[in-house]
Amino acid sequence: MSVDRSDVEKAAHLARIGLSSTETDHHLQDLQQILSLIEQMQAIDTNNIEPLFSPLDAIQPMRKDQVTETDHRERFQSLAPATDKKHYLVPKVIE
Amino acid sequence: MIDYSITELSNALRSGKFSSVELVQHYLQRIEAIDPQLNSFITITEQQALAAAANADALLQQGNDSPLLGIPIGHKDIFCTDGVRTSCGSKMLDNFIAPYSATAVSKLNDAGTISLGKLSMDEFAMGSSNETSFYGAVNNPWDTERVPGGSSGGSAAAVAAKLVVAATGTDTGGSIRQPAAFCGVTGIKPTYGRVSRYGMVAFSSSLDQGGIFARSAEDAALLLQTMSGHDPLDSTSIDQPAPDLTSGINQSIAGLRIGVVKEFFSEELAGQVATAVQTALAELEKLGAVLVDISLPKNKLAIPAYYVIASAEASANLARYDGVRYGHRADDPVDLEDLYKRSRTEGFGTEVKRRILTGTFVLSSGYYDAYYLQAQKVRRLIRDEFVEQFKEVDLIAGPTTPTTAFKKRAHSDDPVAMYLSDIYTTAVNLAGLPALSVPGPAVDGLPVGLQLIGNFLQENLLLRTAHQLQQATDWHLQSPDL
Repeated sequence: MSVDRSDVEKAAHLARIGLSSTETDHHLQDLQQILSLIEQMQAIDTNNIEPLFSPLDAIQPMRKDQVTETDHRERFQSLAPATDKKHYLVPKVIE
Repeated sequence: MIDYSITELSNALRSGKFSSVELVQHYLQRIEAIDPQLNSFITITEQQALAAAANADALLQQGNDSPLLGIPIGHKDIFCTDGVRTSCGSKMLDNFIAPYSATAVSKLNDAGTISLGKLSMDEFAMGSSNETSFYGAVNNPWDTERVPGGSSGGSAAAVAAKLVVAATGTDTGGSIRQPAAFCGVTGIKPTYGRVSRYGMVAFSSSLDQGGIFARSAEDAALLLQTMSGHDPLDSTSIDQPAPDLTSGINQSIAGLRIGVVKEFFSEELAGQVATAVQTALAELEKLGAVLVDISLPKNKLAIPAYYVIASAEASANLARYDGVRYGHRADDPVDLEDLYKRSRTEGFGTEVKRRILTGTFVLSSGYYDAYYLQAQKVRRLIRDEFVEQFKEVDLIAGPTTPTTAFKKRAHSDDPVAMYLSDIYTTAVNLAGLPALSVPGPAVDGLPVGLQLIGNFLQENLLLRTAHQLQQATDWHLQSPDL
């Protein structure tokens, strides 16, 4: 699998991470190295093998449909960089 | 008092030999004197610790019988601790004061342990050397030019240096066992789902598991059974009560079948480490265990599968750090995109960005089947291979790491070389099995770890075997000169 700068730039955009030109070069080199490590796995025949998404093959547990959460808004919002009238503030999205 | 086991400390506290406040003061003085050489703590909670110790002394007076009451420990800075900064080793969370405690922390608090503070770690637990922490590298107490291992390097170093009696840690690909091996302490990662992940900052949710570092298997057993148990706040928590890990610990291991993994003694393994591990295995044989050669040919696929799965899950988990609700926020964002992007670019370090980018890449359109799905299929093959072996043997053994602690900056420019430090540990996380590392004989003054891997929910057998080994040898009692 060959990757180029545009793959790194696309991943960085999707992940909302800014990279300088030098950093893009470094990350491309790292990604190529990591992918060549990962290649070892590609040769394995996994036809008819189910993916194992969780080690215990666990199913989601059910609970009674009751309100269990209590209100911690004030405590949680005290950690926020900017709030107003119980809302989190972000730069203006709609003109 | 720093050489006492937890049981000895507990007896001394009850006989009035010293108080919990005196014990905590003694440890705080050691931290002040020794930690500047190690940098194992990110935050020292002196006032809270002294207040908790005074409370413990009052409870001792009232006859409270918790064996952990008044015992000074530390928490890896990945566990949320109510009212105390929980940084996860990152600039992103440098200003984050946890608004609640992790279940594991609450359970240990309820049992009366006293937290002396928060221990350093690789940023977001991504690393094998503790060099990626925003708060600087942690030094190995056996040789301060070397790494303590990672990601729970602060926990391992602090326990080895006797700055705490024990410490919590987390293990996603070896992050308890590898630093335990490098620092010469006992470290156990239980079965996936044994210790609640509630309040434990998420890295790779299907692999992350909390556990404990201590100076003996017996101490580790006392703490792990307290931390464990079903938690309705973690949907992947095993629906079983906390296991009793201490009452059977003195039973003999005669007749126990231990599978020794052929592939773990391959060319990557340093010769002297191999010899040290063989010496430790021979001790188990003297105790009546039967050593059987086994083969795990799929194990070599664990590192590639691990780096796909862990990076993919990390890229999803770390999407939450956006500068809006908590954590680092960039100054004067021009728009929402700029806020997200600059907050993340400024808040994350290089290794975290590398994993997020790798994870985003393997999950992106066109690559998902070839990388992520293939890795999850390989994961099943790896787990099934263990399941098959556990029909023949009770435990599986081998080295924890291919070398002793390496020099700082040895692998900083080569991520793949760093990743290979976890060559013997990651398969266990993919399979969800419990495993521990115990000290074997040192090599050139540096600790070596023997890794024992158990079947699902067999933490009791792992700790019993480690305890029996520690009753017959004194490798775990060696400590660094500081």
